[in-house]
This record gives sequence, structure tokens and C-alpha cells, in this order.
Amino acid sequence: MDMPRNDVRPVELEIFATPKHLEHASEQARARNYQDFLIVDVDSHHYENEHYAEVFQYIESPVIRAEAMEGAGRRTGMLNSQVGYQNTGGRIHRQKFRGKEKAKPGRQHSDITLTLDWMDAMGVDYCCMFPTPMLFLGLHPQIEVEAAMCDAYNAWLCERILAHEPRIVSMLYLPFNDPEAAYKTVKKFGDKKGVVGFMVTSPRYRPVHDNAYMKTYALLEEMGKPISFHAAYSWDDRALQMTNRFISVHALGFMWFNMIHMTNWVINGLPVRFPKLKVMWIESGLTWASSLMQRLDHSFMMRTSDAPLLKEKPSHYMQQMFYSTQPMEIPDDKSVMQATFKMINAKSQLVWSSDYPHWDFDLPSTIYDLPFLDETSKRNILGANAARLFGLDSKPVKRIP
Amino acid sequence: MAEWFVAKSSDLKDGDRRIVTAGKREIGVFHKGGSFYAYSNTCLHQGGPACEGMMINNVVDVIDKDHLYQGQTYGDEMHFVCPWHGYEYDLKTGECIGDRKLKLRKFEIVKRGEDIYVVA
Repeated sequence: MDMPRNDVRPVELEIFATPKHLEHASEQARARNYQDFLIVDVDSHHYENEHYAEVFQYIESPVIRAEAMEGAGRRTGMLNSQVGYQNTGGRIHRQKFRGKEKAKPGRQHSDITLTLDWMDAMGVDYCCMFPTPMLFLGLHPQIEVEAAMCDAYNAWLCERILAHEPRIVSMLYLPFNDPEAAYKTVKKFGDKKGVVGFMVTSPRYRPVHDNAYMKTYALLEEMGKPISFHAAYSWDDRALQMTNRFISVHALGFMWFNMIHMTNWVINGLPVRFPKLKVMWIESGLTWASSLMQRLDHSFMMRTSDAPLLKEKPSHYMQQMFYSTQPMEIPDDKSVMQATFKMINAKSQLVWSSDYPHWDFDLPSTIYDLPFLDETSKRNILGANAARLFGLDSKPVKRIP
Repeated sequence: MAEWFVAKSSDLKDGDRRIVTAGKREIGVFHKGGSFYAYSNTCLHQGGPACEGMMINNVVDVIDKDHLYQGQTYGDEMHFVCPWHGYEYDLKTGECIGDRKLKLRKFEIVKRGEDIYVVA
């Protein structure tokens, strides 16, 4: 037997550093030559609550600003939250220890530095940054607080992050419960650097076909900016209240609201009314879309009078929308997955997303390693489709460690 | 195959573990309950560092003789958890708890005097 020298290290759970945590992701990036082509992450996150002291300063109303500042860090505050043990009882130790990570010293905002760290480690060139706790802001009982917080966050994001780092872009939060404020948000921020579209957080109770939204959709269509619907759950939803474990509310909730919004979007003929408006569905996985296509097509053939604006079956319109990959279901039988890809027209309509640093993030290898995709399709899904959608340069700029 | 040094047995106390780089492989070596176990440190899910996460006993739903749910408790089976996404593995077998057909590659441990080696 040989006895070669080798490295041995202990496991130190409490010492968290992104490049170390994602070392295996960097190995994958090098092994698959990600440096040779563009990778765009259309859905990643930061924790804006860690910067509330900065964000709240941007709240226009002096009264709401004072209330928000006073409530920050206290038992109750101005903003709503959700029950949800997302870190699986400490098993996802990234969630537990990442807060202790110190960004490398420098002139950039710490969220830029920490974001670039994980992007490079995974092999990502550009990411679309979204907030985390604000994903539930559409459930806030005070419409004016959603609008005020949204405006402040968008201003902070544009000024402190997007203006300084070209590799980070965003689809800005739309205060959808206030249609007029949503319209003003597009007007105010649509031309800012790094703003590649606008995002509606899906858990909410405002139907997308309300006439009040039409001028916003028309404006977005005119500007060529996509609208996206970012999924999340709500354990306060009447139907989801019947679930008793987080796995259940999460698995269903992240499809539930987007299924409703998609159904309303298609049946009310919004793809016909706004044929050039690009629509993206985020973080619902993929199977919901292929399932809903079949369900709506089946019903449509018997009830065309319920959707008279449609000139084609619902699936026709759904195949022209964009879908983010994560959390991508990977069944044992890959032929099922291949059929799903075919149904949603994945080669041109699917856009890869990580959802990092959240607990169920996906790596680029979830797409790159699929046996039924050719190299061109892999590269389209991992970056080229999103680059076309967002108007990004196709030259890779990442620095894989 | 080669023997790769892990630790002096006095340095690897019960409950401790080490990550050994053996050529191009990373192997997690565990000392638990008087036994040693060694598995590939590459998660079967997305390739995360499978052996570098939390160690925790299995969770059990308590169902009484009348089929009624009586809460949850911890069982006797020790798991280690991939810190990337929470895939859990049985420490004694390397089986993935969600689908026991899936197993991490297991490696042999040998002791030579005070020294512990993994064979890979």
C-alpha cells in the first residue's frame, strides 16, 4: 500500500465563508468550462432587512419613516412577516451562520461584495437581485405601507447597489395593491441603471385582470420591460391553512398563487391585449406550468365563451411566456422532465435561476448536466435567453476562483 | 488504492470528524459511538459537501395503537446532513434517507497502531 501525503481538515460549522461554502460549486464551474459562456441568474436574493436602517431613510412620508425606524428590531414593527422554518431546524447552516460573514473590506456596499462572491463561486456572470422578507409585503394590511416601503427599497437598491455594480440587475418591486402607485413606480424607476423589468410578489389578493392595471401593462409593453410574478407561500391563506408542515405549505404555496395569476392572465386575454408584453413566472418550478396548460386547454375547448378574447388555446399563450427554473423538479424518469421542457418551449422560454442563498437553491449544473439537452440549449437556458430578455451583453465577465 | 492518513486516534474523539483530501476525492471520516465511518464528501443531489453539515438524530412521528398522531420525537438513528440543501444520510450505511436506494460511496477505515487511515 502507498501512504501518500494528504490534506486533512476538521469540520467547523460556525465558520462561514461563501467561497469555502461553495467550493464544490466552483469545482463544477471549472470542470464544465463555465468561463467560456454566459450564465445569468434571473432570481437571486439578498436580505434587505439587514439594511433597513439605510432603506428606511428613503421612505418619503415622515410619519411612516418614523414608525418604521422606531419599530426596527423590536418585537413588533411596521412590516409583516410569515411563519416558516425555512432553515430546516438548523440543517441548512448557511442560513444560521451566514450573518456572521464579513464582506471583504472595500468601497463597495457589503451586499455587492457578498453577492459577487457567490456569483463567481458558482460561475454566474449577471444576477437579478430580489429582496427576501419583502416577498410577503403584498400581504401587508396597510396598502400605503406596501407602497411606501416599495418606493424606499427601489430607491435604495437603484442608488446603493445597481448604480455601482453592472453585474447586478433587478426587476423592481411593484406595489401591486395600489395600482396607481404601481404605475408611478414604472414611470419613476423604469429608466434607472440596472432596472431590467418589474416584479409582482405573488402572495396577494388582487386579481391581475383588474382594469386598474391596464395602463401599467401598456407602459411596460411600450418600454419593452418584462413583468414577472415571484412566487412565495402564505400560511395565512385559507386553503393553505389546512397544511400542518412547512414542506406542504412551501410545495403548494409556491405554485398556488402563480397558478391563480396565470389563469386570470390568460383567461382574461391579457396576452391578446398586450401581445408584446414579456411575462415571466419565477420560483414555481416547472411542472405547474405544463399541468396548468393541459388543464386550461381541456376546459377551454368546452367553454370558449368564458375566454372569448383567446384566438388559440391557453397553452399557446403560455408557451410564449418565460419561466425561471428553480426549484426545478428532477423526477427519476427523465422523460417526464423532457416532456415538460417541450411543453413550455424551454429552449427559448426557460431561464436559469439559483434562488441563492435561500435553502432550496439550484446550481447551473441542474441544467448543464441534463442528458436530453444539446450544448446550445444548455447555454440558451443558462444565459442567452435571459440576456436577450434583459438586454445584457453576452460576453462572460465572471471570475471563477 | 492507497491508504490516506486521517488522524491519530487520540486526536479524533468520539463525535469528531475530518475531511480528507485523497487525490481528487474528498472523504468525510466520522468517529461516532465507538465506530468509524468514511463516505464521499459529494452529495448525491447537487454535489454539495455532504459530510460537512449538521449531525442529528432522525425525527419520528409518534403514532399510538389507535393510529392517532401523538406528536414528534427524535429516534436512535444518527444522520448527517448536507449543508447545501438538507439531504440527510444514515451515518451507519451512507443511505440517503429520502430514497434509500441512493448511497454515498463508502470507504474502508484501517488502524495502524495509533494512526487511522482511509483506503481510497
